[in-house]
Amino acid sequence: MSGISRRKLFGLGAAGVAAAGAVGAGALAGRSLGGDSATVTSDESSASAPVPFYGAHQAGITTPAQDRLHFVALDVTTEKKAELVELLQEWTAAAARMTQGKDAGTFGAVGGDPEAPPDDTGEALGLPASGLTLTIGFGPSLFDKFELADRRPSSLADLPAFPGDALIPEISGGDICIQACAHDPQVAVHAIRNLARLGFGKVAVRYSQLGFGRTSSTSRAQATPRNLMGFKDGTANLKLEDTEMLREHLWAAPGDGPAWMDGGTYLVTRKIRMHIETWDRAPLSEQEAIFGRDKGVGAPLTGRDEFDEPDLAKTGSDGKPVIADDSHVRLAHPSLHGGARILRRGYNYVDGSDGLGRLDAGLFFMAYQRDPHKQFVPIQQALAAKDSLNEYIKHVSSGIFACPPGLADAGDYWGNSLFA
Amino acid sequence: MRTPITAAVAVLALGGLTGLTACSSSETSSGTDGADKKIAVAATDTECKVATADLAAGTSTFTVTNNGSKVTEFYVYAAGDRVMGEVENIVPGLTRDMVVELPPGMYEATCKPGMTGKGIRNPLKVSGEHKPLTDDAQLAEAVAGYKRYVKSQSDVLLVKTKEFADAVKAGDIDKAKQLYPVARTYWERIEPVAEIFGDLDPAIDARENDVAEGEEWTGFHRIEKDLWVKKNVSGDGPLADKLMADVTTIVEKANATELSPVQLANGAKELLDEVATGKITGEEDRYSHTDLWDFDANLQGSKAAVQALRPVLEERAPDLVKTLDAKFAAAEQALGRHRSGDGWQLHTELSKDDLRLLSDAINALSEPISKVAAVVAK
Repeated sequence: MSGISRRKLFGLGAAGVAAAGAVGAGALAGRSLGGDSATVTSDESSASAPVPFYGAHQAGITTPAQDRLHFVALDVTTEKKAELVELLQEWTAAAARMTQGKDAGTFGAVGGDPEAPPDDTGEALGLPASGLTLTIGFGPSLFDKFELADRRPSSLADLPAFPGDALIPEISGGDICIQACAHDPQVAVHAIRNLARLGFGKVAVRYSQLGFGRTSSTSRAQATPRNLMGFKDGTANLKLEDTEMLREHLWAAPGDGPAWMDGGTYLVTRKIRMHIETWDRAPLSEQEAIFGRDKGVGAPLTGRDEFDEPDLAKTGSDGKPVIADDSHVRLAHPSLHGGARILRRGYNYVDGSDGLGRLDAGLFFMAYQRDPHKQFVPIQQALAAKDSLNEYIKHVSSGIFACPPGLADAGDYWGNSLFA
Repeated sequence: MRTPITAAVAVLALGGLTGLTACSSSETSSGTDGADKKIAVAATDTECKVATADLAAGTSTFTVTNNGSKVTEFYVYAAGDRVMGEVENIVPGLTRDMVVELPPGMYEATCKPGMTGKGIRNPLKVSGEHKPLTDDAQLAEAVAGYKRYVKSQSDVLLVKTKEFADAVKAGDIDKAKQLYPVARTYWERIEPVAEIFGDLDPAIDARENDVAEGEEWTGFHRIEKDLWVKKNVSGDGPLADKLMADVTTIVEKANATELSPVQLANGAKELLDEVATGKITGEEDRYSHTDLWDFDANLQGSKAAVQALRPVLEERAPDLVKTLDAKFAAAEQALGRHRSGDGWQLHTELSKDDLRLLSDAINALSEPISKVAAVVAK
């Protein structure tokens, strides 16, 4: 038995308690039996199963979007490159374990020396892998450190300022980001918490964001979810089945930029606060006109089904376009941006209320793409300039990150291609 | 911050520990004869499957099979990544044994595919009554004898490293070049003991390509390159000071550490592995080409470890001792042909046939030496 899975340990925990109640003998007999099968659920549904950690691309991008997010941006505090590389290796080993449903460290939450703090924080004991993926990205500011400037891809240039931006610096940017997605929020939080713990003294958390209710589908097998405005979001998203389109729009290819990013992709994050209360007071017809889609099934206003292609040329009896010139679906449509597509992977968020009785809520927008300056930037420029939705939203944080390719095997580590 | 709940957990854990002691000593009724029970380790590029997470204290044999596509290594680490046992260079398809003596405690059984990174780690809980091999008076004397050897060599190592460092700091290139292989001789004789302290060995002895990205290359070979290639050591004062400091630290640690007789046996084997992989190929001293000094020192260090174990081996495996004597003599003779004055010919002066003969002699010796650990652990 290599590595004890959390599920097995849970079995042990129960056995241990029972044994302690008896005489105390056999507490570890339970462990060496590899867990008490009575307490191990046989449910290996897709929501609890692990996602492979190794592969040509990082998991957590085309992986069918999980329900929950814990995103963290960190700043590197150590001035020693060797310490950062060491941390990246430790992170990789911990990520390889946690994504497979194991504890963060070798001994785990309860298996280590009783006199030492456990090498796992323990709140995921007994929980399955829950589809956990951990995805790393490197921000532009990292390349100002450690003499990395000549390795910075041009695609990682800072985003331009967009009209209406109300960015808060403390929750924007970051040297490194890690996206944890899982079907269980506890599992996602556990992963980020343990990675942050490993990083103390070398990196500091700049900000983190919890998200729920994926707002995009990244697979045709998934139904299109809704954002907090009640509309289906991500109908036209890139999906993992679109292999050709992914090659064209998602993955950095040889020649795009520095070779260390070949097979990688670029992440743009935007925290978009929604003025929920005023939106809720808007008439249905106005809401639908703003999006350019029907609220119920998500069909474009020119069609009947969700996946009908919007007819941007169609005019109504008043001679005006059915899908308005300042509607969201038109302004974001690929035909207006030379066919540019992005893979959206955002999450709803509610950070409580704002002290004035209003929900502090919105969309933590995340989008992966081959070159943000050819994809996200022109789309956002069009939206920021004209989108009638702007009356109801405010962009409060922004980030751009280069997400390196996937890891080949356990001898590989996050950032190996960058630092090697 | 201890709360009553924590205290309760502690009691529970203690109950568990008692249970373990009871059950493992009954399970392993064969007692300390753990060396006979091999623990299979199935390694791939992404997995490291160790057949058990619980072991009885004493000596154990891990049988490591590399089913992956990359060369791998297997380690048993104690806290702080102190190396209790290691097998390096397990090529794909190969199976290698590692004998290790483990007192009760928590360890990490670790595969390192590609020989980089943190590896894939598995918990290893060793428990039960531990009768150290050194309870055996003969084995205790073997360890004591070897420790005396380590002490004598490390005393001179400090002196010679100081002389070398001083010459570098004084900018005396000729003197430094002359002292370089001499100081290294004392280092190479006891290197397996140094390797127990994983992080210091590379600081002293890493080759340029061993250095991980982001880490500074320090130690003997960095200065070697400056002496022979750059022919300028004017900026090497801090490197010389660091070398001296690191050697001093490692000597202190080496003399303070407890050694298991199994480690002596493994050390004797590892020294020959060093010869095979580094010296015969000329990779060790690639700028000075003084590899044969290191070769000789490794061979002597290996012999010293075997020599310390000799009374035990004579009693337990007299035939093995005869073979070892013959093969040591043959290896020494093969090497002896390349003496040159007080020292040795340069690696570049040896023909391919010369190297072939040396390689064969080392292989012939390595084979019987690899059997020593199991005899000691018996």
